[in-house]
Amino acid sequence: MSTVVLRGFGWRHAGRRAWAVRDVDLRIEHGERVLLLGPSGAGKSTLLAALAGLLPDDSGEQAGTVEIDGRSPADARDHVGIVFQDPQTQLVMARSGDDVAFGLENRGVPAGTIWPRVSDALDRVGFPYPITRSTAALSGGEAQRLALAGVLALRPGLLLLDEPTANLDPVGAELVRDAITRARADDTTLILVEHRVAEALPLVDRVVVLEAGGGIRADGAPEMVFAAYGDRLADEGVWVPGFRVPALKSPAAAGNEVLRATEVSVANRLSGVSIGVGEGEVLAVTGPNGAGKSTLALVLGGLLAPSGGQVSAFGDPKPPHKWRAATLTTRIGSVFQNPEHQFVTSRVADELAVGPRRTGRTPAQIKEIVDSLLDRLRLTKLAAANPYTLSGGEARRLSVATALATAPRLLVLDEPTFGQDRRTWIELVTLLATLRDEGHAVVAVTHDDDFVQTLADRTFPLGSSRPGEPLPRRRRS
Amino acid sequence: MRLLPLGLFDKVKLGGTPMATNPNRWRTIDIVIASIIAVAFGVIFWAWGLLWNGPADAIPLPGRAVLYGMWLVPAVLGALIVRKPGAAFYTLTLASLVSVAIGTSWGWTLVVQGPLEALGAEVVFAAFAYKRYNLPTALLAGTAAGIVAAVYDAVVWYPETSWTSMRLPYIAITAVSALVIAGLGSVLLVRALAQTGVLDRFAAGRSRALV
Amino acid sequence: MTTFASPPVTNPSALLARRNPVAKLAAALLFSLPLLATLDPLTPAIALVVELTLLPLFGLRHAVLAKQVWPLLLAATGVLMTMVLFAADRSGTVLVGLGPFDVTTGVLNSALGLILRLFAIALPGVIVFATTDPTDLADALVQNAKAPARFAIGALAAFRLLPLLGAEWQMLTLARRARGVDTGVRGFPATAFALLVGALRRGTRLAVAMDARGFDSGVPRTYARRQVFTRADVALMAGAIGLAALILGTTITLGLFRSII
Ligand SMILES: Nc1ncnc2c1ncn2[C@@H]1O[C@H](COP(=O)(O)OP(=O)(O)OP(=O)(O)O)[C@@H](O)[C@H]1O
Ligand SMILES: Nc1ncnc2c1ncn2[C@@H]1O[C@H](COP(=O)(O)OP(=O)(O)OP(=O)(O)O)[C@@H](O)[C@H]1O
Ligand SMILES: [Mg+2]
Ligand SMILES: [Mg+2]
Repeated sequence: MSTVVLRGFGWRHAGRRAWAVRDVDLRIEHGERVLLLGPSGAGKSTLLAALAGLLPDDSGEQAGTVEIDGRSPADARDHVGIVFQDPQTQLVMARSGDDVAFGLENRGVPAGTIWPRVSDALDRVGFPYPITRSTAALSGGEAQRLALAGVLALRPGLLLLDEPTANLDPVGAELVRDAITRARADDTTLILVEHRVAEALPLVDRVVVLEAGGGIRADGAPEMVFAAYGDRLADEGVWVPGFRVPALKSPAAAGNEVLRATEVSVANRLSGVSIGVGEGEVLAVTGPNGAGKSTLALVLGGLLAPSGGQVSAFGDPKPPHKWRAATLTTRIGSVFQNPEHQFVTSRVADELAVGPRRTGRTPAQIKEIVDSLLDRLRLTKLAAANPYTLSGGEARRLSVATALATAPRLLVLDEPTFGQDRRTWIELVTLLATLRDEGHAVVAVTHDDDFVQTLADRTFPLGSSRPGEPLPRRRRS
Repeated sequence: MRLLPLGLFDKVKLGGTPMATNPNRWRTIDIVIASIIAVAFGVIFWAWGLLWNGPADAIPLPGRAVLYGMWLVPAVLGALIVRKPGAAFYTLTLASLVSVAIGTSWGWTLVVQGPLEALGAEVVFAAFAYKRYNLPTALLAGTAAGIVAAVYDAVVWYPETSWTSMRLPYIAITAVSALVIAGLGSVLLVRALAQTGVLDRFAAGRSRALV
Repeated sequence: MTTFASPPVTNPSALLARRNPVAKLAAALLFSLPLLATLDPLTPAIALVVELTLLPLFGLRHAVLAKQVWPLLLAATGVLMTMVLFAADRSGTVLVGLGPFDVTTGVLNSALGLILRLFAIALPGVIVFATTDPTDLADALVQNAKAPARFAIGALAAFRLLPLLGAEWQMLTLARRARGVDTGVRGFPATAFALLVGALRRGTRLAVAMDARGFDSGVPRTYARRQVFTRADVALMAGAIGLAALILGTTITLGLFRSII
């Protein structure tokens, strides 16, 4: 039930020189369904925050105006629902049911109708647990469903979704898209941010592409936009449907095994997995939400001691989790699922310098490593920024770069490509392929099918079927 | 029936719309950040209590009171960050409630003692009309809270001990400890926190260079 | 660490555990605070007996209680030390001659009084918090004690992060190790600071998330979970006052009551 009007809108975050979004003139009519696209860092999340009235005056500088049904976003807040890029930060209460009820209570919904609306919303997103389930015990994908339920229960006139399926397994993503489709029936205005266009297209009837430097690049019905600007948009980083990414399979067979895990398990999180990875190969670990992929990554990365089984690597008689930290970083580099869990400094450039400094590089070498990584992953302009203020995609690239900085022989990456636009995705994947061709080993946990198709030399499905030895090498036909 | 003196904050609310720009009205972020400081210090209190009654038992009282200042940090820290009326009171009161909830060796009389100490610090900030949040005010607020705490202890927990060899030295040492740990310590901690960018939405954290 | 932060290990349907959290809190305060005024060992001793007798009505197992109570033992030894070193009144028979630190029956009597009082006062608090869910407490504070909703819910939301801090600590240690920073005793202050920074950062986002769902919208809140304050709750509070009066009355009539001032 909401009409959105932006006139010359811009926002500059406090502490930044550059504008996050700028010169946006846009009118979205009541009931329209819009897919908002744009390269990583173009300001999509910032724009959604502005529409939800979540950019307080003291956190930056605004240009132009935003109106929702003729009112300022702060006043229209009770008609707007937003799901953030990182759902874990969206949960407020200790029990799942209470969390969905939280928004309803705040809006003064009569007590008698709250619980029916809560269970209806939970059903719509396929939340599998009772309402008493602790919100601290949910996996990434489950938290995303709960956050969406919390917003759908409010029956907002304007629904804002920021990459709502980024952390979901295919089944979960399908369910969430279903839930969104059903929310459409309630004649809601929808603005959806999603890098993976193909999956989002059935949900929308209009595409708006933000330009990185400001303004709007393209706007219109999906077919029209992609027919007219497809090539250029693909170059600029939009995942235009139909544009394939190049295959980067290893030309050679895997070399010597660098790491072998035998029947490793972690109490309640992972049971009996045997896996090995050799020089010059990329091994993809896939599987549903909660299967134990991240746990396995921590074990292989020498960060978590398995409660059963053995891990041996690099011919060292000691298992990786007993190595000294400085030894570990030169041999195995880890990237965590949540990039922010990994940051230990308050500047992007310092973040990249930590590893090389620990391994005894000279200042000149460190500078060279840092500069080249910043450049390759398009983070140069952000060298002095605080890692915690980066956009979702920027933070992901930085966290991958920190692991690359010490050039370890084995890389263990947890969801290395989520939230990337096409251009940075190719950049990342090419970087990994180069390392692989130089003989480094890569283990990547991923939900990203393109990643598997493009780069993975072998796939190890966890959870769904019984875990055992990896499937035979998968070839693209 | 009103159990917690939280009612103080009712008066802070203006009658009109919540968006009214009353500088004394607590924003959501003020409430949440003060609460989180309180929760974090509730845990620190718990650990400090184990230290006080465990290893630190080797230092006999009143000397052990050099450690006391830690119990007063949230009052000063909360006020320095939030800079609103009631910040010192709310933060330390909640911190002592949390420490009671997770179990302290003093039992839950802290539910009474916490707010009293907190008022000691609150009065100092109020005396400066909630306009000064510099080092001297912080030192004064820390000391005031420390004196209230020590006098309470002397009366309630150490009755029947000698004033000259125990209670007066105890109060003096506590006051100095509070000045250093709660007063100076909070100022330094706010500075360090501001560097990390987490206080960007507070007056205490602005004024960093543009990138 | 605590039952308040983790799922209750108690029998939630026990007669008194079911009472309104605010009533329980008030009753515990009303019962234990008068004890602050006493110095003699008898008054807290009777109170302790009463408390332990009522314990089954709260559905609390003794094992749970013991886990919560052990820090009190530490405090008790501290009290004993202090009294031996600094007691002003050293009357009575000398039991152990230590010159200025003579341990006399008078000293032991005072110490016993203080220690028993410590336990008698602390126990009701332990019982209440062990049998109360934090969400229920916040709801009751708002609905029955008229605490300001924004502060009560804000505090509750922050309190939810408490069990997460442990997981966060583990994650930080892992992160530092992955980046080549050894974590041990020397890394402790850095990790602790990082934890505080992380908690505050979460707080900033939590505040935004709460605002996004209309927390500060000015609309009067409704309550999905009703907390009722019944006659039984009033009776619980009245019972607490009655018992406290009875205990004090007994020792006063017996002439054994010694007040703090
Ligand atoms: N809180 C903040 N403080 C300072 N700068 C910020 C903040 N949030 C975002 N930015 C910056 O603003 C720009 C736009 O960020 P935004 O998160 O809106 O991008 P995005 O289009 O959502 O990107 P992505 O696809 O990677 O999520 C980025 O350069 C980012 O670094
Ligand atoms: N720190 C922890 N303590 C206890 N249980 C945990 C912890 N972390 C994860 N789990 C549980 O262990 C199981 C495996 O979790 P893990 O994070 O490894 O899954 P995942 O395969 O990475 O899932 P996703 O695809 O959602 O990221 C899940 O059921 C999860 O709830
Ligand atoms: Mg984004
Ligand atoms: Mg995972």
